Amino acid sequence: MKEKLPLALMIILGLLGASYRFTPHPDAQAFHSYMRDTLLRIVSAFALILGLGNLMLRHIAKIKHREQGWPHSWTLIISMTISAVIGLFGGVTGEGSLPTKIGTFSFNITDIYNYVITPLGATMFALLAFYMASAAYRSFRAKTWLAVLLLISAFIVMLGQVPLGYWISPLIPEFSQWIMEVPNTAAKRAIELGIALGVLATYLKIMVGIERGWLGSGR
Amino acid sequence: MKAPILPSVLMLLALLAGGAASQAPPAVDSPTPELSTPPPVAPSIPAPTHVTAKDTPGDGGSSVTVEWQAVTGATGYRIERAPQDGDFAEVGLATARESAFADESAQDGTPYRYRVVAIAADGSGAVSAEVSGVASSAQWFEDNLIGVLIAILGFAAVIIWFIRRARRGEHLFVRRIAGMEAVEEAVGRATEMGRPVLYIPGTGYMSDIATVASLNILGEIAKKTAQYATQICVPVRDPVVFTVAGEVVKGAYIEAGRPDAHDPKSVFFIVENALAYACAVSGLMVRDRPATNFFLGNFGAESLIFAETGAATGAIQIAGTDAVTQLPFFVVACDYTLIGEELYAASAYLSREPLMLGALKGQDMGKLLFMIVLTAGSLLSLLFGWNLTRILSTTGYH
Repeated sequence: MKEKLPLALMIILGLLGASYRFTPHPDAQAFHSYMRDTLLRIVSAFALILGLGNLMLRHIAKIKHREQGWPHSWTLIISMTISAVIGLFGGVTGEGSLPTKIGTFSFNITDIYNYVITPLGATMFALLAFYMASAAYRSFRAKTWLAVLLLISAFIVMLGQVPLGYWISPLIPEFSQWIMEVPNTAAKRAIELGIALGVLATYLKIMVGIERGWLGSGR
Repeated sequence: MKAPILPSVLMLLALLAGGAASQAPPAVDSPTPELSTPPPVAPSIPAPTHVTAKDTPGDGGSSVTVEWQAVTGATGYRIERAPQDGDFAEVGLATARESAFADESAQDGTPYRYRVVAIAADGSGAVSAEVSGVASSAQWFEDNLIGVLIAILGFAAVIIWFIRRARRGEHLFVRRIAGMEAVEEAVGRATEMGRPVLYIPGTGYMSDIATVASLNILGEIAKKTAQYATQICVPVRDPVVFTVAGEVVKGAYIEAGRPDAHDPKSVFFIVENALAYACAVSGLMVRDRPATNFFLGNFGAESLIFAETGAATGAIQIAGTDAVTQLPFFVVACDYTLIGEELYAASAYLSREPLMLGALKGQDMGKLLFMIVLTAGSLLSLLFGWNLTRILSTTGYH
């Protein structure tokens, strides 16, 4: 039962989920939207509670056992608790019962998101530029003929994107465009086609009950 | 003879108002011309013929498709609709090149009358015959996807056929996947070094099939870490994935006969924000220095943060994703990369279960079939000028 029920549910919902692609009827589309936007969100909400519980327990244990970097766990627990309190009682933009403004300093949950989370995320994203440079350096070392091919193609494509390329020869941007549109697109489509078949095969394996890894200990 | 001024002024006004010279009152000698509305003039072009209106096939309703035969000399068309016992009103315009129009404002189940007015260069309109009794309705099947459905069913049949062959005990040859052949070595390395194995199941959600495939691979890798008594560390971004991944790892340890070695803390939730998650995982890699990193699943821009940090720590790295834009990052920064569909083949490859291998064989045969069709189509197009895409489009099977 522990195995059959999730499998049966998956088969029924999987078939319904797949059929909506072929069914333009508004009733079918509405049912799909309900499944995706309502039911899935409810499941996600419960799972989020589990996730947050796990996070808290993990960091409490870390503090308790004085594991490496345990003071950082305090930072997490304190900031998470403060954010939760502000979010729950202060409202999204400070319209809640908890005051979220001291003079001109506002700290409602939207402001926290806009002025703390977003800049921190942007900082991480900016690091990508350096990671790209180091990855490019590694990949452009002409050790094999494939690496040489990659190096030449990348050089032409990069040159085609800047005015210098056009200044050297108007053919460079055109050739760069051709590389992107013809060989690059052909390879990309080949991969995508393989992915589509792989997705379908995985779906079938799950549907006929061959692939049961996702059932975990319920198997 | 001197022409009277008034008729000349009236004619000029009529011309300015857009009326044709032929519609304006003639400049005659009559001193008191009549100022009544000019009588309707026969249009200079014929009316559209063969007008048909039908419920748009394979749609979600509220649409009627009107078609007609193009009229030479028309500058455009005006499509008019009327209820069964009402007046006509415009529902849309079509250019001179078009000979069909989809009225998307119809109410399902309400019968309408349609007509098409061909507009001439001089502004006159030639009205077609009416088509009546047309009502729109919603369909349960999208007709133009029949080709896709047939292809899917055909592919499914191939896979099921191979699964049946595998079930009969036939030996099936399966291609090599270098990345998966290295799994044993990678886990063994972590065991020898006494360091953990880090497994990142992507930054996607449980609804992404790549995440499902990744969790299936996680099960196989967790079995190996259980056998080797090596610590596995699975930080997760999505709470639903966290719940399932926890169950998968637990199940793998039970199946490997080492439930005692299972650490419930090995799978843990970090944060939903992808960049914050990347930051946390990078910190984990730098602090704990796992000997082996697996990045398998759906990834976004943060893929390079994982792969480059892992490369800097000297870990052996096996990555795989179906996100085409992230593949180059993994290729340059990881030791092995599963490209696209190899991610979906990996769990079968690792488990070596005959039925799974049968499905994998079917997947390969499907690919072969597609390759033959694509090659044949390309050759027909190059040698004989056949445009298969157009042929399929015109027959509706695309």
